[in-house]
Amino acid sequence: MSEHQHADQVLSVRDLTKSFRVSGGKTLRALDGINLDLARGETLGLVGESGCGKSTLARTLMMLERPDSGSVTFDGIDPFGLKGKDLLKFRRRVQMVFQDPYASLNSRMTAAEIIAEPWRTHKTLHGSRADRDMRVRGLLDLVGLGAKAFGKYPQEFSGGQRQRIGIARALALDPEVIICDEPVSALDLSVQAQVLNLLNDLQRELKISYVFISHDLSVVRHVADRVAVMYLGRIIENGPTEPVFDRASHHYTAALMSAAPKLRDSQRGERILLKGEVPSPLNPPSGCRFRTRCAAATEICAEQRPPLSLDVLVPGHVAECHHPRIDEQQSALSHA
Amino acid sequence: MTQLDLVPVKPTTAIVSEPVGRKASGRSVWFRMLVNDRVAAVAATVLGVVALTALFGPMLVGDLATDIDLDNSNQAPFTLAHGWANVLGTDPLGRSMLARLVVACQTTLSVAIPAVVISAVIGSVIGMWAGYYRGWRETLAMRVADVIMSFPSLLLAVVVLYVFSPSAANIVVVLAITRIPVYLRTARAESAELATRVFVDAARTFGASGTSIITRHVLPIVLPTLLTVATLDFCYVMLAESSLSFLGIGIQPPDVSWGLMVAQGRTYLHTAWWLSFLPGLAIVITTVSATILAAWARIATDPAQRWRLTVPQKRLSRFAKTGKAL
Amino acid sequence: MTAVAEHPPVDQTDADPALRVQDLTVDIRTIAGTVRAVDHVTFAARSGETLALLGESGCGKSMTATALVGLLEPVAQVVDGSARIGDTDLITADRKKRRAMAGPELAIVFQDALTALNPLYTVGTQLAEPFRIHHGLKAKEAKRRAMELMTRVGIPQPEERMKAYPHQFSGGMRQRLLIAMAVALNPKVLIADEPTTALDVTVQAQIMALLKSLRTEYDMAVVLITHDLALVAEEADRVAVMYAGSIVETGSVTEVFGDPKHPYTKGLLDSVPVDAVRGAELKSIGGSPPDLHSIPAGCVYQDRCPLVRDICRSTRPGLQDVGSRRKSACHFPGEVSNV
Repeated sequence: MSEHQHADQVLSVRDLTKSFRVSGGKTLRALDGINLDLARGETLGLVGESGCGKSTLARTLMMLERPDSGSVTFDGIDPFGLKGKDLLKFRRRVQMVFQDPYASLNSRMTAAEIIAEPWRTHKTLHGSRADRDMRVRGLLDLVGLGAKAFGKYPQEFSGGQRQRIGIARALALDPEVIICDEPVSALDLSVQAQVLNLLNDLQRELKISYVFISHDLSVVRHVADRVAVMYLGRIIENGPTEPVFDRASHHYTAALMSAAPKLRDSQRGERILLKGEVPSPLNPPSGCRFRTRCAAATEICAEQRPPLSLDVLVPGHVAECHHPRIDEQQSALSHA
Repeated sequence: MTQLDLVPVKPTTAIVSEPVGRKASGRSVWFRMLVNDRVAAVAATVLGVVALTALFGPMLVGDLATDIDLDNSNQAPFTLAHGWANVLGTDPLGRSMLARLVVACQTTLSVAIPAVVISAVIGSVIGMWAGYYRGWRETLAMRVADVIMSFPSLLLAVVVLYVFSPSAANIVVVLAITRIPVYLRTARAESAELATRVFVDAARTFGASGTSIITRHVLPIVLPTLLTVATLDFCYVMLAESSLSFLGIGIQPPDVSWGLMVAQGRTYLHTAWWLSFLPGLAIVITTVSATILAAWARIATDPAQRWRLTVPQKRLSRFAKTGKAL
Repeated sequence: MTAVAEHPPVDQTDADPALRVQDLTVDIRTIAGTVRAVDHVTFAARSGETLALLGESGCGKSMTATALVGLLEPVAQVVDGSARIGDTDLITADRKKRRAMAGPELAIVFQDALTALNPLYTVGTQLAEPFRIHHGLKAKEAKRRAMELMTRVGIPQPEERMKAYPHQFSGGMRQRLLIAMAVALNPKVLIADEPTTALDVTVQAQIMALLKSLRTEYDMAVVLITHDLALVAEEADRVAVMYAGSIVETGSVTEVFGDPKHPYTKGLLDSVPVDAVRGAELKSIGGSPPDLHSIPAGCVYQDRCPLVRDICRSTRPGLQDVGSRRKSACHFPGEVSNV
């Protein structure tokens, strides 16, 4: 990870932890020491199944939650140390696109009002009515919605169009980073492609960096430059997309990749079926938290936290494992 | 209410939305929605008449309400034999029932409306604030509401008005205080639910303060429910005032309210039934109309439900009565 | 009225299909007029095979399923067609017959397990219910069968778990419970309506493996309703692609996905990000699904089809043979590969 700390890391996260108290007095460790980096203009994919903590991570990056410990650095600035006007000004730089196109828009506001809402809080951008209207139309155009969309209510739009409105709203403050929380999961396949193309175009034109959270591995593979895989509050593997997908070091990643159904025969390898279910985040296993379901687990996995294992061929590809899948990686390479 | 159980079930998905009303571009949209629901239209007219009577009535017939004419006492209604002013009969002192009803209308409304407005504003504001922030604010507000609610409101009113003399202002204050919890609890519950909605999260992500979120998002959504509650509460307050006047600690003579008229007519129920019946009827008509209009308003102010009022009533009856939510 | 090409009856090759649906049509009364949600849908499902009904939201696949099990909402009505299991037509069967068939002949697994299970009864009670109702078993015996079932679908510690309530199970476990209830009476036909859409990918793999083994064990015909092409590619033997209420293509999965004969199928296959270069434009189908209130005369796909011609606007293509046990509702199936 340290090899990747260039000057143009727009986002750096170190040892981030976040716990919640749940009924019964127990503590839920949603994030247990997260480390990640996002370079400018890059897309970082974040994958993981339910309970892994990716929503909490997204919310913390959006400063909707305060971390318990660790640091978040946006362009060298610690946003959690900001207050008042500085914090408000800072919020413009990172925005979010939400998963549910139906819940993320207030059904009593028109598309124009929804898109212009951020400016009501950032009065300096507010401008005159005519000015705002013009900018809203510009944003509608940018996301591929026609001028007619201006005065319509969310119910009058399809899911894909609503998502475009959400994207336009996220762009209203001219952010540098956009956290996309499952942006196409609720959309039909044909519409997914349209929205993904839109996000792609926007990134090229506006040089935005994305953190792209998704459970759909084929989508992540298509959009992400780098991928981080989460399990029970930790990032257990991290690296450029292709090595992580095709030559995973960690057994969970391998199982995840193999479990996802694939369209083409040629993509399918052996199906690795995991034992049992995800342990409760209230009581994670000792040592390596994945050991209860891992076919390669040994005694040391229960005793010690796994160290970072580096992929010698691909700098920046790391995994936390006592027994990383070196053999499988090598054989995959030799077959490539 | 008629409109509410007829639910044309939308088959799950891609059937695109029906023509939803555009942002109320003017009176015409609301007027058409009102006209489409005939029952609500009648209710609105009735309430309009009541409001006009309250505003202008006393100016026109005020004197007649106090003119004592013992020759004409206890005359039966629905005959013009004793002059047009006594078309609804006269009371034991020969005063015109019609005129007294009109003046009483103003008094009753001038107690009920302020009481409702005050309790609604205070209760809603505190409720929304408590529900959005939760934590100690919520606990505090709810406990206060619990304390108020644990007193039977009428009993509380009786005690207060007995201690402090019963003036119209005191009645308004007492009724307002006892009704605050209704708005508080409703507003709190809705606000707490809305605070978890994704679009509120979205607003927080661009730094909107709690107050602006409450004003921009929570209030417009909670408002229709609060209006419904307020309208129903208006009925309750009217009846409460009538009860207090009936018990003798409400409006005091020579002022007159519908409740007081009902009370005063009690001893004449067998001989001059109209003395109690007519003001009682006035109360019923007003409260029922208000309730009907509240139901209409709840649908009309919700953009997602508004379409029901864009179609004349007849067409709606073809659809199955089902409880399934859209 | 648009000229509609004839729908040939379901072919009776080798074994008799367990479920034969012919010309099933469902209309819905809405405030803006009557809408045809399912339009003369015809398909067959064979024992030991999985047939996938593939389509995007609003295409009518779920409504087809609910029509088959008789759970249509009051404003929706089957106005034409038949659905046969054995000699019985589900559509015309009376309520008594339907109830007798629910379980031993036909069963359904829904997407949302939490709302499909009664939160007030223990899981053991609910699982024992089919045995008590259809086989008339006493409580103790029914409970024993229920425990066997729980073990079969992979729920650990069934004795304890029997006394638990649905909300105490994880999503994957609840789905196993639903499957258990559905297969309890060894149905001939199992309809699975988006059974894994709400589940994690690793759990999905487990559930689909379970379904497959149950299908073999009970020799069931499985109708899998989904929008996930990759899932169809891995789990289904045959596929029927639906669009705007009609079936536009049927055939074996290998053939249909390998060499699609309908522009919509091809469009869908192209939209899936696979082999795509990072950052490249994804081929997407332009436009959006038609408003069912205003389906055009002629082919339902005409407004989005790259091959559209005059005949497409005037004549609706019926399902024509385009190969051995393959059909396509397109006037120009041969040109699809050029798209």
